[in-house]
Formats: sequence, structure tokens, C-alpha cells
Amino acid sequence: MVGLGRSRAVAFVAPALVLIGVFLVFPAFWTLYIGVTNYRLTGAAAKAPEVVGLDNYRGVLSDPAFYRSLWLTLIYVLVSAAVGQNVLGFGLAWALRGARRAIRRLIESLVLLAWVLPSSVVAFLWIAMLDRDAGTVNMLLGQSPGTAWLVQYPMTALVVFNIWRGTAFSMMLYSAALSSVPPSHLETARVVGSSTMQTLRDVVLPHIRRHALTNTLLITLWTFNDFTPFLLTAGGPDHRSEVAPVYIYNTAIVGGDMGYSGAVSLVVLLINLLLALVYLRAARAGRSS
Amino acid sequence: MKTSFWRGRTATALAALAMVAGTAGCLGKTDSADTDRNADAKSFTLTIAENSISGGKNAVGADWISKWIIPHFIAEEKAKGKTAHVTFQPSGAADEDYKAKVALDLKTGSGADIYGIDGIWLGEFADAGYIKPLSDEVGQKAVDSWDGWAQIPKAVQGNFAYNDKRYGVPEGTDGRVIFFNKKLFAQAGLPDDWQPKGWDDILAAGQALKAKVPGVTPIQLNAGTAMGEATTAQGILPLLAGDGRELYADGKWQGNTQAVRDVLGFYQKIYRGGLGDPVLQQDAKGRDKSFAEFAGGKIGMLFESDYFWRGVVDPTEGIAKMPDRDSTVGYALIPAVRPGAGIRNQDFVSMSGGSGWVVNPATKYPQQTWELLRFMNSQQATIASLNGTARITQRQDVNSQVLTSDPMLSFVAEKVLPITAFRPGFAVYPQVSQALQQATLDVVVGKSPADAAATYQHTIEPLVGGAAKVDSN
Amino acid sequence: MSLAKAVVARILTYVGIALATGFFALPLLWLLSAPFDDSPSYGVHWPSHLTLHNFAALGHNPYAFGSLVNSVLLGAGTMLLVVVVAALAAYALSRVRIPGRDALLYGLLLLSSVITGTAAMVPIFLLIFQLGLIDSRFGVVLVLSGGLLPAAIFLLKDFIDTIPRSYEESARVFGATPLQILRHIVVPVARPGLATIAVWTVVQVWGSFLTPFILLRDPDKQPAAVLVRTFYTEGGSPNLALISTFSLLYSIPVVLMYLFAWSRYGFRFHGGIKS
Repeated sequence: MVGLGRSRAVAFVAPALVLIGVFLVFPAFWTLYIGVTNYRLTGAAAKAPEVVGLDNYRGVLSDPAFYRSLWLTLIYVLVSAAVGQNVLGFGLAWALRGARRAIRRLIESLVLLAWVLPSSVVAFLWIAMLDRDAGTVNMLLGQSPGTAWLVQYPMTALVVFNIWRGTAFSMMLYSAALSSVPPSHLETARVVGSSTMQTLRDVVLPHIRRHALTNTLLITLWTFNDFTPFLLTAGGPDHRSEVAPVYIYNTAIVGGDMGYSGAVSLVVLLINLLLALVYLRAARAGRSS
Repeated sequence: MKTSFWRGRTATALAALAMVAGTAGCLGKTDSADTDRNADAKSFTLTIAENSISGGKNAVGADWISKWIIPHFIAEEKAKGKTAHVTFQPSGAADEDYKAKVALDLKTGSGADIYGIDGIWLGEFADAGYIKPLSDEVGQKAVDSWDGWAQIPKAVQGNFAYNDKRYGVPEGTDGRVIFFNKKLFAQAGLPDDWQPKGWDDILAAGQALKAKVPGVTPIQLNAGTAMGEATTAQGILPLLAGDGRELYADGKWQGNTQAVRDVLGFYQKIYRGGLGDPVLQQDAKGRDKSFAEFAGGKIGMLFESDYFWRGVVDPTEGIAKMPDRDSTVGYALIPAVRPGAGIRNQDFVSMSGGSGWVVNPATKYPQQTWELLRFMNSQQATIASLNGTARITQRQDVNSQVLTSDPMLSFVAEKVLPITAFRPGFAVYPQVSQALQQATLDVVVGKSPADAAATYQHTIEPLVGGAAKVDSN
Repeated sequence: MSLAKAVVARILTYVGIALATGFFALPLLWLLSAPFDDSPSYGVHWPSHLTLHNFAALGHNPYAFGSLVNSVLLGAGTMLLVVVVAALAAYALSRVRIPGRDALLYGLLLLSSVITGTAAMVPIFLLIFQLGLIDSRFGVVLVLSGGLLPAAIFLLKDFIDTIPRSYEESARVFGATPLQILRHIVVPVARPGLATIAVWTVVQVWGSFLTPFILLRDPDKQPAAVLVRTFYTEGGSPNLALISTFSLLYSIPVVLMYLFAWSRYGFRFHGGIKS
């Protein structure tokens, strides 16, 4: 404990704890409690919700559509976020490090724009991009009417979309992290003539390992809960892009079944926990090797 | 640390439970049986909330409330020596979001005094206790003595009734027809005043278009889950009515019946027979794109409500404007399978919906709220609500005056409304509707109508309360 | 490294950057063409009638400008609260050993994903209703902050962990209080991290729809994310002209904020701290 008494530490943490306790933990547990009831937003079950125990969980776990959506979600999360956003985000941060100021600002602004626009708007951009009849991609390929990308290759389209959508965060985080790598270390690596790969592995990675882990955990969690795919494909065609949040929407929200969606929330939470443990293990293995 | 963390969790969960119970407890108290409470107040405040907003969704409705209803009502009250403060709470969100917001307001016994809601939500709101019969809210005598009811057709009143009780005042209605492009029809050798007498006539016209006008999608009949409720309201339900069945009748839902299989068979003929565009039905923006394609002369016929005429292809205000709408766009009644095969032995059928007004049971001023609601539905106010545009209002005395300027809307008022039907307003309806959409999608992508219908029945049985509630003959 | 190799590496880098630029710029083209188009559609094309009519129409919208101001208020309020509270907590958690600290933090992070859905809107609405904060921007700021704090603390702790403690120790020898140490030593070094959190918070708030929509009643208090959803017809079809035009205006403040925050607080070259 360096220079910060226990009482001061508590005082520093207290505001966060109060805010999180009241506005996050409390409603979150309430939501999970709703997961063991048959509560609905409207209808007779809204008037007198009953505790139905694990019925909702049984419903979720016996629904084949749930497992399909889970599989799609895992692909979506791992390919687009854990690999795609991570690699591209780091690549951009690394490549732009030495670029000219104006170029750097321009590219960062573009990447950032993809991230700041609200989903409802971003969906339009990508529909205009991938449209069968007048889409930019088909225009560049010189075909009209061309491929209905979102109908014929829905998951691929969603993965590319999400890389575009979310890379900004990884880029920003890695830029900030890279600025904490002492320039003198990089200079030394250059002087002794190590290759870029060697420099990355021996000098940069040890400094940003924790950031990389944090980043991966966060973007995994966020991608898992991202509803934007619904706006692009509505889960279609024929459920082929029904990732978890879309599944929740289609099965629970359309019918106003809050209990069911509360239960799915917990299941999704547990899967995220599992993923986090896998990442942690991988990170530990990476460090010890 | 670990143990205290867990103890903390348990404590929080208990607190949550206590709060649920507490909230539920105090919700019951906001009801007041006294329909005359504060009836003599010299000064009162009322709020109207609707899913409309100036400059955005349903802007005409929002401007009508804030610029016409409110000032005129305040002036009228002033003449009676009372001071009224009336405010408008606009929204303009997606219907589902607005519905959630209204439900939360009503649940807590707070919010506006008058809400504009979609008629299809009425049953769910009533079952939840969010709204009460008008007679309980403002008194039987007060409700029955309003002369406005005489002007509202029974069927339209029915859209705001539940279990034979009035829950609100409808604001207007619509009707579904088949729109067609006269220019494309002429090229296919079809008449300007085309009116199919049965489903086969529709398919025949589609074949003619396919053969003689290349590059055009003959028929747009909404299908699949991506189109959402549009598939059910514009497609399945009118067709079902044309085969003599309503989705819900005599306590039972339509399951794997001959009528449902017939409807799906019709979808199969269109989408597996090259008369429709199956890819478009699976596009998340398929409905918007179908509008744009129709406006661009790429679709021969399209099943829609009169909203299509007023809001989509309107030459000045539409979202897919057709400057030559009046000369190019034709409209026909939706036929039954064959003459006389529709519900009530009709030759032609339709489906209607519409929004309306309900009273918040927690209002502080029930009598004044009812007065405002009557005022909003008076002849004068209803005419003002149109603001120069045409729309089918709830009042016949208004319709007969204003619709003459618009042949399409008077067609709906005169020919469609007498044969129309409404959707069943139960909380489970959205899920049944979704299962029906899935069935059409199954057919569009290649399943047989029999298999799709069987899956559909299997899906809805647990939703509606078991096989006994499903008609499968 | 030979000169040829260096040149090839340089060229490859530039090609990569050019490709990435194209990838990120291409979808944005719609945002540049549609607002100036008389009747925009799902497709990028040179407007057949170049027009500013859509901007004029937006100028007549009674809520358009105010909603942007509201977004700024909500964004700035949440950002201040999150950055200050998260910095305090992250510092304390970084410097004080509590067993299971990381697990607890991650647990909170997981919970924060529970409250993003519609199911959680019921508890949140009832909670804010009981607190009497319905129709108050402050209530929205509190709810949004509660949801964003775990991730903010989680991220910030990483940055503070990398700051060597020797600095603080020497400062304490000279009699600095913990708050002074935080302000004058930790914050300056953790600046890029703080800037990241600040930008991230604003972006989250900027796109947040459901929370302000449910908790605010007065349309004059609603932020831009709510307003942009009003540009639809009664039948649920989007008015692409207004949506694209408003989106263009809507994205400008955030990009400006990013450029400002980043040039002022980010990219500080490392001042020779040795770890």
C-alpha cells in the first residue's frame, strides 16, 4: 500500500461504488430477478407477474434456435472483434505513429466517424454500401443488379461491418498504450537492428499486454451485446444472421416477454465470463512462454 | 472480500425484491373510483401524449394538437370561466419504443392524461390494468351521452373496444387494397380499371406482366419476418379473410387449417413461380425498397394500406414521390379466393387498423379529460386535424365532406370500410403474427405450404395456451 | 536493415494505410451525397438535383438545434462524472491491494452488459421514478454513468498500473497529499488514457437512445439520438433526406471534440519515465 491509507482509498472508491451500486448493480440484479418470473411489459402477466423458477432458463436452453444464435455470435465476436478490430486497431495505431500529422488526423477522423455515428444512422450507410441494386460495392464491381450481399452473405457482411464499426476504440486504446512505451526502448531496438516483428514482440508487447487483454475483454463484451446487426439484416435471411441480441429481440422483446429476456441476459453473461477465462488463460500462457 | 461481496449481492437482491413488492403495492392506490374527482376545479392542467412530433413523425397530428386543439380548448374553457393549462408531449419514436414508454408511464400511475395509442395495443394494456373502460374512468352516463359516437361507424368503434367495453375513442382508420401501375398494366394488355374477382385473376395478371413487361417484378405481396407486421397486415390477414377465416374467432386461433395452407399456397405460387422477388422479402429494408421500386415503375402491383397513397407516393409529401401518381397509380379491392368465399360470404375483403385516444386512469381530472377528448373528436376539430390533407377520419360527417377531393380515399371510405375487419387485440398477437411471418418466409425459401403450416401450428400452440385454443381443421 | 528493404517496408505501410483509408471512407460517402440530394435512396450517386433544401427543412424543425445542445450537455455531464469518479477509483484500486479486486471489477463489467437491454429498462425506469428524477437530464446522466463506470475504471486502472510508484514516493517525501499526487503526478502521466476514456464516454452517450427516450418526457430535453429517430413516417419508413442531413450535422461535434481532446491531452510524448 503505497502512500494511500485504507480510509483514503475507501474515500476515493466510494463515489464510484455508490453510483455503480445504485444505478448499475441494483437494476442489474432486478433484471436478473425478472428472469425467474413470467413478467411482461403488457398483458395480464404485467399486472400480476409470477415467479416461475427456472422455466425461462429451461425454455432458453431447450431452444435449438438459441444454440444456433450462440454459434453465430461466437463467430461474429471472435472474427470481427477479438481478431479483426484488435489487429486492425493495433496495426493502424502502429503504422500511424510515425505518419505525418495531417495524414494521421485525417485517417483517425475517418476511423472515428465510423464509431461515433449512432447505430440507426450507420445502418443506412451500410445498406447503401451493400445494396443489391444501387450499392457502392456493386457499383465498384461494375454489376447491376449485383449481389445482395446482406442476403447472400449475411455473416461475412456483418463481420466486415463490425470491423469497420468498432476498430476506432482499439486504435485509440493502442495509440494511448503505445505512447507509454518509452521511446528510448524503441530507439535501442532500432540501434541494435532488430526487425519490426522482433521489436513488436520484445519491446512493445510487454508494455501493452495488459491493454491488449483489457481491450479484447471489452470489445468482446460489447460486440456480444451489439444490436446493430438487427438493423442491417433483421437476423435474416431465415435466421442465418440471428446473433444473440437479435435472438433476444425476436424471441423476447417482440412478444414483450421480459422474463425470458432477463434469463437470456444471464446466460449471455455467463458465456462472456467463460470467454474471459479463456482469454486470461491464453494471456497467462503467452506471458510464461 | 469474497464473502462480503457475496453477502452484498444477496442484500441487493433482497432490496430489489422489496422494491418490486413496494412498487407493486403503491401502484394499486393510484386508482380512484370517484369519477367526479376535481370536477369543479376552477383551474386544471392536462397533458396529451402521442407518438407524433413537429417536423418529424406524424407532424400534421402534432401541429394540430399544439396549434389548434390546445389554444381552442383553452379559449373555450375560458369562456366558461375556467382556466385550463394543456400541454402536449410529443414523441416520434418507433412504435415499439413508444409503446414501452407509455406502458411504463401507466404502470407507475404517472404520465399524461390522454394517450394516443395503436388500436392493436388496447387488449394488452387493458389486461395489464394500465387502462380501464371509459365508463369506469369517467362514468357511464358521461360516456354514453356523447353525441359523437353516432358519427363513428360501429366497426371503427370496435377497434377501441375490448370485451365489449369502450376503452377509448378511435382517431381514424385505414383500409388495404391492391395498388397497381396503370402504365405497366397497359403494356401487359391489362385494363386501366383492373379489378380481380379471385386469387387466380391476380396470378393471371402477374403472368401477363411477367410475359410482356420484362425487368419488372409483377407482384409485391409482403412476405417474411424482415417485413415484420407489414407481412401480416398487408398479406396474410387479408388473404385469410378472403378464404373465409379470421385469425382469431370463437376463442380459437387459426392453426394448420386449410385456409392457412391456401394462403401459404398463394405465396408459393407468387414467390416460387417467378411472380415476386424473394430476395427483396428477406432484405431488412425490403419494404422501403419495394416502395421506391414501385415509384420507379419496377413493380406491377403492391398490397398496401391507403397510407401508401397518402404517405409514400404522394406527389409532394411522399417518401417515394410519384409526380404522376393520380394518373399512373390504380387501385383495386382485394378479392376473396373466389366470389363469395370471403368472411361473411363477401366477394372482397380488407384489413384495417388505426390509432386512437385512451384516458390515463390516474388522471387527476377525469371529467375535464373527457371533455378535452370529446373536444378533440368534435366535427370542427376533426376537420382541422386534416389541415388540407385527406385522411379517413373516425367521423362520417367529416369524411363525407373532405374525402370528395381525393378519389382514392373516398374509394376506401365507401367501398373498403364496409367490408373490412380488424386484427385481434390480444397480448399474444405479436408472437402469433411473427409465427405467421415465419411461415411465409419458409414458403418463400422453398418449404411446402403444408410443412410451413405444420411448423406454424407447432410454434403457436404453447404461446396461445395449448392445442385446445388452436383451430386445426 | 538494407535500404531496399526499408523502402519496401515503407511502401507496404503506405499501401496498407491507403487501403484502410478507402475501407473507412467508402461507407461514409452516403453521408456526403444523400444530404444534398432531392430524393436520396439506398445507394450513393451524384445528386440529380443538388439542393440545400434538406438543410432548410431541418432549420425549420423546432427541436433540431436544441437536441444537439442536449446531446452536448448529456455528453459533457456524463464525461465529467465518469472521468473524475473513475480516475479516483482506478487510482485507489491500482495502489491498494485488495484480494479479488480484478475479479470484482470484471464482475461489475459483466453486469453493465445486463442493463443495456430493454428488459432492464423497467427496473431503471421504476428506480428513477422513485427517486423523482423522471424528466431530468441529471437522472439520465446518473444512469448512463452507472453503466459506463465499470469499463472506465477497468481501462483506467491499466494506465495507472503502468505509472511507476517511485514518483509518488518522492512526492510524498516532500509532503504532498494523495489528492495532490493524483492531480500533479498521476493525471498528467495518465493523460492519454484519460483522453481515451473521455472520448469513449462521450461517444457512448452520443449514440444512446433508449435511456434518454424512456427517462425524459419534455421533447426540449431530448438529445439528438432520440430526435434522429423521429424522421420516419407513420408507416415506419425513414425520411432519408432528413436522416442523412441531420446525421451529417450530428457527427460534426463529436469529431471536433475528438480532434480537440486528442491534440490537447493525447499524444503526449513520453517524458523519459523509466519503469
